[in-house]
Amino acid sequence: MARILSLPSKSKKSPKTAAKKAARPSVTRSVAKKPAKAVKKAPAKATKAVKVAKPVKLAPVKKPAKAKAIASAPASPSATSSAGSRKDFSKDPINSSLKPADKIGFLREMLRIRRFEQQALKYYNQGLMGGFLHLYIGQESVAVGTASLMNGKDEIITAYRDHGHGLAVGMEMNPCMAELFGKGTGCSKGKGGSMHFFAPDKHYWGGHGIVGGQAPLGMGLAFALKYKGIKGCAVAFLGDGAVNQGVFSECLNMAALFDLPIVFVIENNGYSMGTSLERSSAIRHSLASRAEGFDVDWSLCGGFDLYELRANLGAVMEKARSKSRPHVLEVATYRYYGHSVADANAKKYRSPEEIERYKTEFDPITLWEKQLLKEKVITEAGIEKIDSEAKAEAAAAAEFAIASPWPSEESIFEDIYHEVDHKTEAGQTGRHFFSE
Amino acid sequence: MPVITYRQALNDAFAEELTRDENVFLMGEEVAQYNGAYKVTEGLWKRFGSKRIIDTPISEAAFLGMGVGAAMMGLRPVVELMFWSFAYVGLDQIINNAGCIRYMSGGLINVPMVIRGPANGGTNVGATHSHTPENFLANTPGLKVVCPATPYDAKGLMISSIRDNDTVCFMENTLLYGDLGEVPDGSYTIPLGVADVKREGLDVSLIAHGRAVLTCLAAAEILAAEHGIEAEVVDLRSIRPLDEETILNSVAKTHRAVLVDENKPFCGVSSQIAALLAEHAFDELDAPVLRVTALDAPAIYSMPLEKLQLPDAQAVVAKVLSSF
Repeated sequence: MARILSLPSKSKKSPKTAAKKAARPSVTRSVAKKPAKAVKKAPAKATKAVKVAKPVKLAPVKKPAKAKAIASAPASPSATSSAGSRKDFSKDPINSSLKPADKIGFLREMLRIRRFEQQALKYYNQGLMGGFLHLYIGQESVAVGTASLMNGKDEIITAYRDHGHGLAVGMEMNPCMAELFGKGTGCSKGKGGSMHFFAPDKHYWGGHGIVGGQAPLGMGLAFALKYKGIKGCAVAFLGDGAVNQGVFSECLNMAALFDLPIVFVIENNGYSMGTSLERSSAIRHSLASRAEGFDVDWSLCGGFDLYELRANLGAVMEKARSKSRPHVLEVATYRYYGHSVADANAKKYRSPEEIERYKTEFDPITLWEKQLLKEKVITEAGIEKIDSEAKAEAAAAAEFAIASPWPSEESIFEDIYHEVDHKTEAGQTGRHFFSE
Repeated sequence: MPVITYRQALNDAFAEELTRDENVFLMGEEVAQYNGAYKVTEGLWKRFGSKRIIDTPISEAAFLGMGVGAAMMGLRPVVELMFWSFAYVGLDQIINNAGCIRYMSGGLINVPMVIRGPANGGTNVGATHSHTPENFLANTPGLKVVCPATPYDAKGLMISSIRDNDTVCFMENTLLYGDLGEVPDGSYTIPLGVADVKREGLDVSLIAHGRAVLTCLAAAEILAAEHGIEAEVVDLRSIRPLDEETILNSVAKTHRAVLVDENKPFCGVSSQIAALLAEHAFDELDAPVLRVTALDAPAIYSMPLEKLQLPDAQAVVAKVLSSF
């Protein structure tokens, strides 16, 4: 979202800019008719209403409605931060049923992801691992919240910023860290690297390096669930940059056409590499609203507060499961590091003040710690203990990775063809590999 | 033995596999209610219904990717491309996803999918609808590439491809769909990676795949009748995996090789075969390895000129004669 990235002094301009843009009928259509509240949107109906109305009636711009919609968008940190202006998501049934142990578990998972990545960063900077390292630090609540909502029949898939999702669904640190080091003990045997963690036994299908390329795969997961009569849903993550890939639009259409049980979660951290949302999306007030053109429901939510994320995502996942329909949920989030660690301009396309503000005001782990302290679910000492354990686990994972052997040379030709690996009859006929 | 068309042979293969395995489904543009743009899937929607035979919008990247995702979950999608030329808008899904996921996941995932459709020139539809991508898809380790020339091979190779646990790019030919051939009743498989000697001969090996095999057979008849040259015709059937043994055995017998390929010459399938012969049959050869390929230009629209672009029997005969 454009606005979440604006510092307070600039944020006042956003509604004006947006209202100005609303003079364009296409924008008016998608926004002026939109209910301001998250989740409870019924874009399909809204679209129909637009169709029924004479085009002439579309012309008057309802600036107040638009401004209201923008101002109340829960994705905005300023909305989140303005006391009393937002719903207390802790009272949502999906959260009020949580036990203290669950809440502490979420904290542990977020801290494990952060400490894991900080360890990885240390060794990356020492040149001990290659490739790219797309850090998830700042976004941990999204993966942890999602994993907490999976019911054993749900499937998830994401892009290249995939460490958090992997750890959140239960992958162990050792093989994940070893994968970053390219070791044979890695979760993908050193063949995938940072962008390619997979754990199909935990319903986690990667880990994909090409922007947007995983979106139709996610649709395939949903298709398979429906085909097999399994009442689960697929959650396909993509970033704010990926919505501009053509295949995502194709997916919205097909998911709606085929009534697939899928939630596309746009983790909007504001920047597609170094290009801000203002410079990459013609419609700036939201990315999820593109779904409206495909008769797909959509909504926005903040990703900083775990309760808010769970309440919003939980509701749309349940809707996907029960109604077998797609949904697009745009989650406002923020990464502290660059697009990847190799992103030399990470602090040039945004101000250090902006990064600092997110770290101090909207850090999902700090917010959750405060929440749990307020609820007296945990003590400062308790938090310290969990954090120490996470740090120790990450350090041990790095030691494990460093001590692990490289993959064997023979393994270069393994895991290419299933039939060859399993020495089936089909794997024995003809030449499969052409190196001398 | 019943005589049926290449098209019917494929249709029978689908029907038999759809009946045998409930995880098999067909998907693509116009495959269901329209009965297939080339009628290869005719009657299947009526017989198997909308769950198994699925019409898609014109969104190759999305439905190819959806096939990959469904295959990861254990289904066996057979995805039709109306033309293989249309794969080019979905290559990310074929090469990066179908082709690489098994490797990048360290073998945790496999993608048992068939991607199929016609891949040929010669039908006056211009360059963008006449691509033959078998060479560059075979360039991706992880993918398999199959190009049947006859109804019998089409059915047996299709059944094997559907049962294969890796992604198979199955390339048919619109000019062959109406060809008749003997095809036994019931299911049978032809393993991928096994070439077929379609005609035996002692004087020269003609090595080809797809429709070029038929061109070679026609040329062989002319060579025998008019020039007393007995050509052996080796049908590769599958490009990857490749049956190098049959190729090398044939050349060891004839000591001459002419490679006939509707693929383009630059880094085409015939280039790979030529490299194989240079490395492993050098001492057997009595003449240089020669090639007859599609002319190295985009497929032209103009009908008489397009005919000149693809190998024909006379061109093969001339090339063979030049090697003696």
